[in-house]
Amino acid sequence: MIRLQNLTKRYGKFTAVDGISLEVPRGELFGLLGPNGAGKTTTMRMIAGILRPTGGSIQVGGVDMLARPLEAKARLGFIPDRPFVYDKLTGGEFLRFAAALYGQDGPAVERRIDELLEIFDLAPWKHELTEAYSHGMRQKLIICGALVHRPELIVVDEPMVGLDPKSARLLKDLFRQFVDRGGTVLMSTHTLEIAEVMCDRIAIVCKGRIAASGTMDELREQTESAAMSLEDLFLKLTGGPREHHLDAVLGR
Amino acid sequence: MEAAPSQPGIWTLLTPKWRGALARLRQERRGSWGRLLLFSVVGGAFWAAIFGVAFRVLSYIQRVEDIGDLLATKVLGVILLALLSILLLSNIITALSTYFLAKDLDLLVAAPVAGVRLYLAKLTETVVHSSWMVALLALPIFTAYGMVYSGGPLFPLVAVAAFVPFLVMPAVVGVIITMFLVNVFPARRTRELLGLMGLGALVTVVMLLRFMRPERLAGPEGFETFVDYLAELRTPTSPMLPSEWAADMIMNWLLRVADPHPIALLWGVGLAAVALGALVHRWLYHSGFSKAQEGAERKVRRPLRGPLGALLRSMPAAKREFIYKDLRLFFRDNTQWSQLILLAVLLLIYIFNIKSLPIHSGERIPFSLVMIISFLNLGLAGFVLAAVAARFIFPTVSLEGRQMWLLRSSPLDPQAMLWSKYWTGTVPLLVLAMVITTLTNWLLQAGVFMMAVSLGTILLYTLAASALALSFGVFYPQFGTENAAQIPTSFGGVVYMMASLSLLALVIMLEAQPVAQQLRAHHLGEGLGVTPWLLLTGGAVVVILITATILPLRLSARRIERMEIASGGVE
Repeated sequence: MIRLQNLTKRYGKFTAVDGISLEVPRGELFGLLGPNGAGKTTTMRMIAGILRPTGGSIQVGGVDMLARPLEAKARLGFIPDRPFVYDKLTGGEFLRFAAALYGQDGPAVERRIDELLEIFDLAPWKHELTEAYSHGMRQKLIICGALVHRPELIVVDEPMVGLDPKSARLLKDLFRQFVDRGGTVLMSTHTLEIAEVMCDRIAIVCKGRIAASGTMDELREQTESAAMSLEDLFLKLTGGPREHHLDAVLGR
Repeated sequence: MEAAPSQPGIWTLLTPKWRGALARLRQERRGSWGRLLLFSVVGGAFWAAIFGVAFRVLSYIQRVEDIGDLLATKVLGVILLALLSILLLSNIITALSTYFLAKDLDLLVAAPVAGVRLYLAKLTETVVHSSWMVALLALPIFTAYGMVYSGGPLFPLVAVAAFVPFLVMPAVVGVIITMFLVNVFPARRTRELLGLMGLGALVTVVMLLRFMRPERLAGPEGFETFVDYLAELRTPTSPMLPSEWAADMIMNWLLRVADPHPIALLWGVGLAAVALGALVHRWLYHSGFSKAQEGAERKVRRPLRGPLGALLRSMPAAKREFIYKDLRLFFRDNTQWSQLILLAVLLLIYIFNIKSLPIHSGERIPFSLVMIISFLNLGLAGFVLAAVAARFIFPTVSLEGRQMWLLRSSPLDPQAMLWSKYWTGTVPLLVLAMVITTLTNWLLQAGVFMMAVSLGTILLYTLAASALALSFGVFYPQFGTENAAQIPTSFGGVVYMMASLSLLALVIMLEAQPVAQQLRAHHLGEGLGVTPWLLLTGGAVVVILITATILPLRLSARRIERMEIASGGVE
């Protein structure tokens, strides 16, 4: 469903993404892990067609994102890490607008909007301006926005930030069922437990490159770290804080 | 007990602002020489034009026997009064952002920074934000005064010494008004209320200027005796306002009059105002800042669909919903739609002025005057349209701001987005353009030929001005803005105004001579017919205006396709 080949993004002299190649088949939940500034968000935004790569190629469902962006974008739903929405639209209006961007309208869309708002507990807020929504409610609204046009692929950047435990659980179940029904999810996260429980395969990104990728077992094999937790694997691959660093920070 | 931490300087508190501005400037220089060149050329030409006009008018005034110096002082006072009204409005809008809505406030308010330092740092920021454009505008005028009156090498220092307190006082007034309002109303409502208040203030000043009838100063024949006219000149226009003090301080230097009063008033009242502002800040800021975090609007007042729905029903869903969305955002944001009131008032004043011209008094008007007035009318109508486009069309791309992720990740064609924004802004502007031009030409009793020239020019100019406004908005977006009302006064907004007014001047210059020739022939009863010269200049105007419409739209479509949207906004 997604094929990245030698994907690169440079900002001036700084290379944020350095030749990433990756393939995510249909019906898989794939996790992108990495420390802050590793290049995850840049990668996700290039896949969503928001940033233009400096080099390499992106294919979504066999369609080249650079050559035929509108066709490729029609297949995916993007959930950004920060829930910026139009303050002066109501939740219902925002979702109607999001569906229209994908060329969808009419009674079917209205029903879909009601269903989505209902399962995310936003139905009572449908006719209220989003400027009155909390951070978590906005996050849920943009998730609804990514689902409203029934995408084949969901690209989601830090999905659990700002969600209450009930919504987080709902999202986990939703992604799992979406994948079981043939959909594909590409998710970036810092939360290792979520990645360990939810993802079929994982790639650990560090300094713009993929340090390791595969299932949990494959990762352990690659790093020769049998029985290690994902957290230990992650720290081994990306480097964790050393004790004398902590001493320096906390000591008086 | 531990000692209180040492306090950061005001310069330190402003570090994110000035360092950010420097970084933007560096990026701008590195990014595109073309844009910088465009700005330098357009800005230079505009500046030179203001200087040229000011210099010529002043040189003329200075030569008027007996009253030249009085008239020059009076003119400077009126100019500074107009600038003062702009500053007051601009400061009211800016102070709300800098003191209550800015992103750095969470950090600054949470830090152990003394209130007075925060107040002074934010006051500096407010003054710079709201006054840079006025300062740029005043520079060529002051230069003209300095040159005509031989101000000497120290004149720039005197001008700065007069101008600094002149800029600070309206800023303090803006801050104090904001402090009171935020404590009474929640901040989001206050922003809307301030918009209305600012409009009220501006309309009052415009009315005031109108009722002062400055044109009387240019026509002494309206006074019964010369002594009356002299008395009018000697009477201060607004003795309680800093504009008068600043004008007196500057003119005293230029006319070599030793009078310390204006200096004492400017600096004394200025410093007292800053101190009073500090007291009010100490008294009201904390509670106001706390209130500013509250009070979002919840319920929608106007669902907005109805009659427009029937009109737009045949459009594709994406375009139709895009137009709906833009209209909803516009009419639900009081800071946006309330500007329409201002527009209506300004138009009324404009039409009232045209109507009060002596054309209707039965006197015989020289033909050249009718010509000049007709072209002046074309120019003024063009200016009004350019300003309206700056206010309503220029900000539309910036207002997408942080929601751009949604548009760019969807299969919406960026050109379709520009298309929607262009026509949503241009159609009302076209209606306005046609109404103003038809009405004013009718009031001016212009003939069929002049009416046709005016309507044709203004139609094409409106299309071009809209395209330029939208395109400059794409090239100079303000995605991170905390207050939509500030967008038109940004760097890009100013460059847009300069570009659109230069275009207008070019068109009028091209049209003036052949159109005058035609009208003169008609006036003398000679049928001149369509001359090759008329055809050539008419063709040139059409080509220029169509190019000024299509080219910017094409460039901005390409630009928007290449726009990179990072996590927090656009890069």
